[in-house]
Amino acid sequence: MEYFLDEQQVTVRDLARRIAEERILPLRAELDEKEEFPWEIIKELADADMFRVFIPEEYEGLGGRCLDLCLVIEELSRACGGIAISYAANALGCLPLIHHGSEEQKKKYLPQVASGSRLTAFALTESTAGSDAGNIKTSATRRDGGYVLNGTKQFITNGGEAEIYTVIAMTDPSKGSRGASALVVEKDTPGFSFGKKEQKVGIRASSTRELVFRNCTVPEENLIGREGSGFIITVRTIDRSRPGVAAQAVGIAQGALEAAVDYARKRVQFGHPISAQQAVQHMLANMATDLEAARALVYAVARNIDSGAKDFAEAAAMAKVFASDMAMRVTLDAVQIFGGAGYMKDYPVEKMMRDAKITQIYEGTNQVLRNAIALDVLKRRAMRE
Amino acid sequence: MNVVVCMKQVPESVTISGVPQGTASVRPQGKMVINPFDMYALEEGIRLKERYGGRVTAISMGPAEAEEALKEAIALGIGEAVLVCDPILEHSDTLATSYVLARCIERLERPDIVICGRQATDGDTGQVAPQLAEQLGLPFLSYVSRIEDISDGRLTAQRLVDEGHQVVQVSLPAVISVVKEINEPRLPSLRGLMQAKKAEIPRWTAPDLGLDVSKVGLDGSPTRVVNVFVPQRSQQGQMLEGSPESQVDQLLEKLRDAKVI
Ligand SMILES: Cc1cc2nc3c(=O)[nH]c(=O)nc-3n(C[C@H](O)[C@H](O)[C@H](O)COP(=O)(O)OP(=O)(O)OC[C@H]3O[C@@H](n4cnc5c(N)ncnc54)[C@H](O)[C@@H]3O)c2cc1C
Repeated sequence: MEYFLDEQQVTVRDLARRIAEERILPLRAELDEKEEFPWEIIKELADADMFRVFIPEEYEGLGGRCLDLCLVIEELSRACGGIAISYAANALGCLPLIHHGSEEQKKKYLPQVASGSRLTAFALTESTAGSDAGNIKTSATRRDGGYVLNGTKQFITNGGEAEIYTVIAMTDPSKGSRGASALVVEKDTPGFSFGKKEQKVGIRASSTRELVFRNCTVPEENLIGREGSGFIITVRTIDRSRPGVAAQAVGIAQGALEAAVDYARKRVQFGHPISAQQAVQHMLANMATDLEAARALVYAVARNIDSGAKDFAEAAAMAKVFASDMAMRVTLDAVQIFGGAGYMKDYPVEKMMRDAKITQIYEGTNQVLRNAIALDVLKRRAMRE
Repeated sequence: MNVVVCMKQVPESVTISGVPQGTASVRPQGKMVINPFDMYALEEGIRLKERYGGRVTAISMGPAEAEEALKEAIALGIGEAVLVCDPILEHSDTLATSYVLARCIERLERPDIVICGRQATDGDTGQVAPQLAEQLGLPFLSYVSRIEDISDGRLTAQRLVDEGHQVVQVSLPAVISVVKEINEPRLPSLRGLMQAKKAEIPRWTAPDLGLDVSKVGLDGSPTRVVNVFVPQRSQQGQMLEGSPESQVDQLLEKLRDAKVI
């Protein structure tokens, strides 16, 4: 379908597609198998200016539009969801700086991110605080013009590989969710180390790791926004980044659909390609229809954000829920169309199925997001009474 | 360091729909791309600029559409580009082409190194680079697979030869042709692509270069392509059958018949 992308968006999409096809495709199976961080591809993406896409022009970026970023994530995910998230997590990691950082913080960090010379990550989740993010225990205590961090973050994408971390920690536990703050912590800060590296079902090329803070002191100027604004920053950040996860889902599903179509045309049973079977055709039709619907929603939400809209949280959640559920169905059906071959590592669809699953879980599980969407739906009705 | 890279546009081999028969004046139809060997020349030019500073300019002689190829070169990181474009240059052979390129290079700031791809995938002659060196009166190194060092006005390079590698030194300025072993060409960058879209590529005509028209085009070309044809596939392979022992016997007999042993 024609989405009326502008010239820059077409350029961004086409180059991302070229990188995916020429550089990622030949490597994806090996990186998945070895659970290896895709440094070689990250370097290619940096050289190609892909890290500039999500950074504003003033800080050596190319505008920082959400749709442009979604296009890159979608194209990379079409080849490998794991590599795509290793890239996309950088946008998540520096969104707090872009929207809530001081001019000095932006000048210091954003050009480094734009050039791809330093990766970023966003650290909220802890063992006791997943969906219940308000229950984080990591503390940041004010002392001698700085903050001393103690605690452990878990499941942090780009953990260990990134050099700039936005960490959400409690500066005043007595205030509950109003006592959290966002802080920049750089790799190699004394007291900051990395714990367990997770072994995962999917997106295995990405790194998911524990961050351990033991009396880790950062200077006062590393506070993003005001003290106590940590949760507001978190919510706004994830609202903005959810279309990216949705785009990841769309890309993974696109890759699965293409693989399934190719296979269905080639695989002969009962004297005909299986694509001649109506049962298979209808599966393909549903996959293509769901996929296009998800893509249209994701692009619409991204455009909405780019237009400067303030009120996009619900739409962003919808895009993430719809696209990720779609990707799970589409990749499962792709495996089904491949039959036994689909269950084997020789073909790419089992990896896509494994990769798709995460999109229903991170940046808010689909259950939690449905709670939020339902709340908005009901609130709107109640307000009319 | 001042580098000039010579490049041309060719039909992409995978998209060519059959070779036109007859004389060479028909161009095969297909998507036009930068001659694959020139990609290595462009990459090496950009690397030299990154390593030693200075400028790198891509030049091409070709039809107006060749501007696309030069824009692609700019997207990769080539600073400047010039298209030599004039209807009277059509059907120039390698000698005429090298004459035109030489005159074009003489109009640019004097280069330290001129880099060409080893050959173009359409004509496949590999003659333009050495002829260009001759036209410019410069030393020539063919099949360069590695630039080892550039210092004190000399270039040390590895050449790919049948028996292995040869390390040679040449005084600069010089013309070199490069093989695919020399590097891995990069992909363009977004900023490069955006710059390329806006770039205005100067077009130089025969009068601009003060060309002697008797040395260019079909009439100025000493060589003529008399015929272009698809070679007959000769099916000379023969499968021997039977037990391994009898196959060996049959093979020996055939080798003796052929007076090879
Ligand atoms: C690969 C990976 C990468 C990640 N990257 C990052 C990262 O970079 N930074 C970061 O901070 N975090 C990251 N996370 C954490 C991720 O966001 C959380 O895992 C996610 O929010 C869910 O939290 P949880 O795992 O604790 O699950 P839980 O909160 O324990 O949820 C378990 C189940 O209960 C359901 N549930 C919980 N509460 C409710 C409720 N109120 N209503 C209905 N259902 C509910 C959930 O939907 C889920 O099905 C990552 C996780 C993974 C797996």
